[in-house]
Amino acid sequence: MAVESVRDLQVELLGIRKHFGGAQALDDVSLRVAAGTVHALVGENGAGKSTLSKVCAGVISPDSGVVRAGGEDVVFRSPRDALARGIATIAQELALVPGLTVEQNVFLGAEPRRGGLLDRKALRRRYDELAEHVGFDLVPDSPVSSLRTADQQKVEILRALSSGASLIIMDEPTAALSREDTELLHDTIRLLVSGGRSVLLVSHFLSEVLELSDEVTILRDGRLVRTSAAADESEASLIDGMLGRSLDSVFPGLPPAPAESASIVLSAVGVHAPGVRGVDITVRAGEIVGLAGLVGAGRSELVMALVGASRVRSGEVTIDGEPVDVRAPSEAMRSGIALVPESRKEQGVVPLRSVEENATLASLATFSRAGFVDRRQERAAAGAVLESTRVRAASPRAPMSSLSGGNQQKVLFARALLCGPRLLIADEPTRGVDVGSRRAIYDLLVEQARAGLAVLVVSSDIEEVIGLSHRVLVMRGGRVTGELTGADITDENILTAAFLDTDTNKGADS
Amino acid sequence: MSNVVEHDTPPATHGGNAPAGRLSAIRWRSAGIIVPFGALFLLLSVTSRPFLSTTNLLNILDQQASIVIMAAAGTLVLVSGAIDLSVGATYALAGVVAAQLVPHTGIPVALAAAVLVGLLVGLVNGVVTTYFRINALIATLAMSFIISGLANLVTDGNLLILTDSPDFANIARSAFLGVRSSIWITLLCVVAFGILLSRTRTGRYLYAVGGNAEAARLSGVRLNRVRVAAFMVSGLAAAVGGVIDVSRVLSAQSTSGATLTFTVLAGMVVGGTSIMGGEGAVWRTTIGVLFIALVGNGFDLLGVNPLYQQITLGIILLLAVGLDAWSRSRR
Ligand SMILES: Nc1ncnc2c1ncn2[C@@H]1O[C@H](COP(=O)(O)OP(=O)(O)OP(=O)(O)O)[C@@H](O)[C@H]1O
Ligand SMILES: [Mg+2]
Repeated sequence: MAVESVRDLQVELLGIRKHFGGAQALDDVSLRVAAGTVHALVGENGAGKSTLSKVCAGVISPDSGVVRAGGEDVVFRSPRDALARGIATIAQELALVPGLTVEQNVFLGAEPRRGGLLDRKALRRRYDELAEHVGFDLVPDSPVSSLRTADQQKVEILRALSSGASLIIMDEPTAALSREDTELLHDTIRLLVSGGRSVLLVSHFLSEVLELSDEVTILRDGRLVRTSAAADESEASLIDGMLGRSLDSVFPGLPPAPAESASIVLSAVGVHAPGVRGVDITVRAGEIVGLAGLVGAGRSELVMALVGASRVRSGEVTIDGEPVDVRAPSEAMRSGIALVPESRKEQGVVPLRSVEENATLASLATFSRAGFVDRRQERAAAGAVLESTRVRAASPRAPMSSLSGGNQQKVLFARALLCGPRLLIADEPTRGVDVGSRRAIYDLLVEQARAGLAVLVVSSDIEEVIGLSHRVLVMRGGRVTGELTGADITDENILTAAFLDTDTNKGADS
Repeated sequence: MSNVVEHDTPPATHGGNAPAGRLSAIRWRSAGIIVPFGALFLLLSVTSRPFLSTTNLLNILDQQASIVIMAAAGTLVLVSGAIDLSVGATYALAGVVAAQLVPHTGIPVALAAAVLVGLLVGLVNGVVTTYFRINALIATLAMSFIISGLANLVTDGNLLILTDSPDFANIARSAFLGVRSSIWITLLCVVAFGILLSRTRTGRYLYAVGGNAEAARLSGVRLNRVRVAAFMVSGLAAAVGGVIDVSRVLSAQSTSGATLTFTVLAGMVVGGTSIMGGEGAVWRTTIGVLFIALVGNGFDLLGVNPLYQQITLGIILLLAVGLDAWSRSRR
């Protein structure tokens, strides 16, 4: 049978310490994940959550401390060792082979063979068994690169299960998921747990944590704050524990919506591009427009078209009345459009370069004279913006790859702000950002709007859209299918518009 | 087990100063090539009397001039995530063009023509690999055949000897402050390319393009222009190298660059520039080339069979790439 019998695995981490250079990422942290439970790990960006899960998964070896699996002390030298003990990871950044199919990825390295050759029939059979067991409906022979993130994640989960994992570590699995996919993943997690497996869940969504987990561990600055039953915690108590202070509201107060007479910054008319089928959109100075919709509704595609990163077939885009050349991002940026991209790993981070260089990458022209970079000026500007975006790095000179995921995201935000744009487009601006810093980013967005910028926010987090927007546009199938303002901006209205099929002329698009 | 385990609130730490540990890790990495270089230098100084003489050292530099220049420029291409396998052929073509022209046109025109050839080859390489999206490895390999063919056309397969233009030797062999002009030109190129890579906007973009092209593009970097620029610098350097070596020996032939490309590549890699792009430095490349030169010089001075020299070079290369991969995996 493809799905191996589940061992009741209890994993313990005792007195784990880990430092990177001079930074103590983990300081004497202990944790016990009991079989058949969901154990959540929460904390600010850089608190050490990913590091701890990597220790558990054998990716990182701790400086000191003991890992105990099933009551035995174990030493993991690689993820493979951990897997042999039944511990698998769904990483914060997915690690699939894009060119291979779903089923090939699931059984990568463990392909059924017959006479040394790949046994395709057996592969499909085992895949079907596994997929049915979990209740996933993916097309087994579609290439992984063609799947959306949510589905890629399922592939990773299947891969973990195929190798008989009993403890599955999920580092921010729902950060990139739409609401429906999130629900689906939650069901999957429940299913896994009811089958006796356990899940170590890292998440910045506290409601998710409270809903799903049995126990919660709070980390702060690499130290254990407490472990307690989820039932004994509330969002407020978790925030208190994570931040060491309380947070009255996640969302800042919005400035009043700009008047009808406020000047129009962005005007896009009849935009046709890959995934975008005729969109009209305006954003006024001082206005924050939320772009909602399901994953695949064309929101990111629209954004990519606006910044000139995809092939725009037709349409007029103007900023402050001036036409924008949407054939290249460099041109769009020159017109005053700045972007915080959706995928920080693929589209944002230059991992080997310093935090500072990453922050100034898009605005380098401002800091150079006759082609030479004025480092002092650059440093000063970068320092200020990194401060205001609350980036926590050992040093502005530290390589970007050494930052925690949420802090990398904040650097990308800093990069966009440094461009001094007229229109700021943020695609999933708080993906992977902790509650405290999320507030900082919201504050920044509101501040930009107050200063007269036009702000366009794409988000799959409906609360974020509601809490942050003067006006909400809902997309579906590459079109804007709903526009909501004021009191009409509700959860229900957004969802209705997102699911509503107004697409009467199907197939009319080439 | 109690349900709630309270711990002392840790003092709020805030990043501001660079911890010594991480910085030293970075230094250690850049130092990667310096330590073996220093060790080898010391070893040779102790074991071989003639090694430390000014003549010998300047000789090494003179001999390595063209390689250092080409490797320094090639670093820009490698950092940008591409590779230029046509430098050897370009070196030869520029050399024979200059040698063919100089008796008729005089030195300035011959030099200008050689430089133009280099820039042109770079431009074609750049355009082919970016706008036409042909993989740089293949594109520049193909280009190297084309360029070699052209060089053959220029010389008709003959060895060109510049007996009629002895002044051409002045380009590389005139002395200034007791040091040959070839070395001065090398110094100039290394400094110029080094500054280009580490201090200018173009340099920054090269690292960004090599490190994450899509991120660079979305940040408004014109990828194609940046890559074309790198290839043009590489072509220019190959031309300068070609001219220097023609001037040194006062003869030119179309096959002179045959193995040069790989020597240049070896120097860059030994210096710690990653063939994966996004990482590397001109000064490290320079030391890498000189390290290989020292190995050769050492073998010569100590009278070791040159056969072992090649084997040693191969092992050094493997070690360099292996170390790079190892340090990447530990990041
Ligand atoms: N490879 C590395 N090199 C240097 N420092 C690192 C490295 N990985 C992590 N760190 C540091 O260790 C600390 C903990 O990072 P970690 O990734 O565990 O945070 P996290 O809690 O997962 O944060 P986030 O919520 O942003 O994902 C951070 O200060 C980070 O900068
Ligand atoms: Mg993390």
